[in-house]
Amino acid sequence: MKNKFMITNESGLHARPASVFVNNVKSYQSDVIIRKNGKEANGKSLMRILTLGISKGDTIEIEVSGPDEKEAMAAIQNLIDSGLEG
Amino acid sequence: MKRQGISVSDGIAIGEALVITGQEPDIQKDMQGSVQKEVQSFETALENSRKEIQNIRNQSAADIGEEQAKIFDAHLSILEDPEIVDGVKEMIASEEVSAAYALDRKVTELLQLFETIDNEYLKERAQDLKDVGRRVIRHLLGVKDEILTDMKEGTILVAHDLAPSYTAQVDRRKVRGIITATGGRTSHAAIMARALGIPAVVGVKDIIKHIQPGETIGLDGFTGEVFLKLDNDQFQMLREKQQKNQARQDKLKKFIGKKTMTKDGLVRELAANIAAPEEAELALENDAEGIGLFRTEFLYMNRTELPDEEEQFEAYKAVLEKMGDRPVIIRTLDIGGDKNVTYLDFPEELNPFLGFRAIRYCLEHPELFKVQLRALLRASTYGNLKIMYPMVSNLEEVRAANALLEEAKQELSSESISFSSNIESGIMIETPAAAIISDQLAKNVDFFSIGTNDLIQYTMAADRLNEHVAHLYDPFHPGVLRLIKKVIDAAHQEGIWVGMCGELAGEEHLIPLFLGMGLDEFSMNPGNILQSREIISKWSMSEARELVQEVLNLTSSSEVKKRLDFFK
Repeated sequence: MKNKFMITNESGLHARPASVFVNNVKSYQSDVIIRKNGKEANGKSLMRILTLGISKGDTIEIEVSGPDEKEAMAAIQNLIDSGLEG
Repeated sequence: MKRQGISVSDGIAIGEALVITGQEPDIQKDMQGSVQKEVQSFETALENSRKEIQNIRNQSAADIGEEQAKIFDAHLSILEDPEIVDGVKEMIASEEVSAAYALDRKVTELLQLFETIDNEYLKERAQDLKDVGRRVIRHLLGVKDEILTDMKEGTILVAHDLAPSYTAQVDRRKVRGIITATGGRTSHAAIMARALGIPAVVGVKDIIKHIQPGETIGLDGFTGEVFLKLDNDQFQMLREKQQKNQARQDKLKKFIGKKTMTKDGLVRELAANIAAPEEAELALENDAEGIGLFRTEFLYMNRTELPDEEEQFEAYKAVLEKMGDRPVIIRTLDIGGDKNVTYLDFPEELNPFLGFRAIRYCLEHPELFKVQLRALLRASTYGNLKIMYPMVSNLEEVRAANALLEEAKQELSSESISFSSNIESGIMIETPAAAIISDQLAKNVDFFSIGTNDLIQYTMAADRLNEHVAHLYDPFHPGVLRLIKKVIDAAHQEGIWVGMCGELAGEEHLIPLFLGMGLDEFSMNPGNILQSREIISKWSMSEARELVQEVLNLTSSSEVKKRLDFFK
């Protein structure tokens, strides 16, 4: 399943927000892929996510597939809504 | 051969040069055995690297502090990153290449991607990634870490620059000195060297080219000199200076635990200036009675985004807890001027020192300033906090800053977050205007701290880094001294205390003069504290007051210097 998200927190998907994201999705079995402007990254790899250079105001697509994809997607939605603080 | 650098940590060192070249080992592309074997040795190397990093992490947490150890948490997470772990395994299998080759290529690929994005944070992560990559490759190839294994007792580390991950591995029992080719007083290596009490000189250009590994070299952390190909005379000279310094340090030790007291029993306070939480330890080792200036710029510099309230709170809390009951004066953000922060939009200025900096910037950006004030207030319950505003030039600024402080207090109260009820707030006196109206300012603050570096430069209208006018930057100028006296008198007239946190506070010839003027607190480099305690113990207040009478009637800086025995 796919979903589009707008990143609204100040520092985008960098620094702490990116680690928070990775640490949360790691606990799900499903594969997580993040896409921005035709580039994609494994959502469980901090190094890879950083290379997308996601800033405040960017829209990204996240695809989740696997046995617990529903739960994973809901968690991601929550995470981004709450500003990726953790 | 002698080379000049910037002295950043006091002391003399003679020792064997260990040159950190950062050179990469040779990597063979072809695999030795089967894919399965190659994958297995990759996993073993990851595991060994993990253990090694864990050890260094614990060591540096114990030696330096939890903050420093966090670098290695980032390293550990890289070891688990699926892009690296799975990506390398896939490459080994699909291309039948060695694990070291696959990892090296993976790291290079990622670094190239990082480079396309202009972002300070990514530059730091790139450094981490390189470090971790090198470590795992070393394990794969059975090559030893140059810094960890070659380090013997009596080593002087020489490097282009020391990355945080390297400085955290520095064993203070073995390393006698540190020399780097780049950097300045606030570079990471400099702060760490001071925190560990290791003599250091930085900014020695091209040093690596001129040095033979294993050669005996010397460094003078007082003058910033580095001696290569030590001849006998230089060796003797350094030895003597070292022994003299050691003897002096030993003699000064008897002042540890003593009050700072004049011959006739008047007690004063000697405090330390620090620029990072790690330096609080050094302040205590030198028996500082407080922190007279905790610069908070380190939190904002060398990064890409503002530090949030939590991060600031942790840094302030760490120092307050460490210092216990001793007062800690934390200065609010003093950026601008020569201290620029790339992610904040500072305008290009013709005269940065006469421009948009310090409290001027903070008052224009209350949203940024209030984050710091909230963090300070929250930390206040962990010790004896005092808040100080820099670069004040009129009363309105003081009122505006205090109004924001009041707002921050209201906010915290309404969120049921506690803070101390009796936090003193004061100002730095570093503009001539503030000094001249100090009688009026004193009615509105709890204390003054005289920032002599800026006060001299603004009073004399001379930049000490400009060689043509550097002689005019003159602490002994009667105009400067009279202005300082005026500030101290004004403070006492209004019943507030007054300290000094510029370099002059630790200047041995001027201490008796400031003592006589009635200065209450002297804040300086931690290394000068015990010496200053000794100087103060040799004077009585009546003698010091007489000295002030005499000196303030002299008409030139050279007469003042002569009277203060500066030439002896």
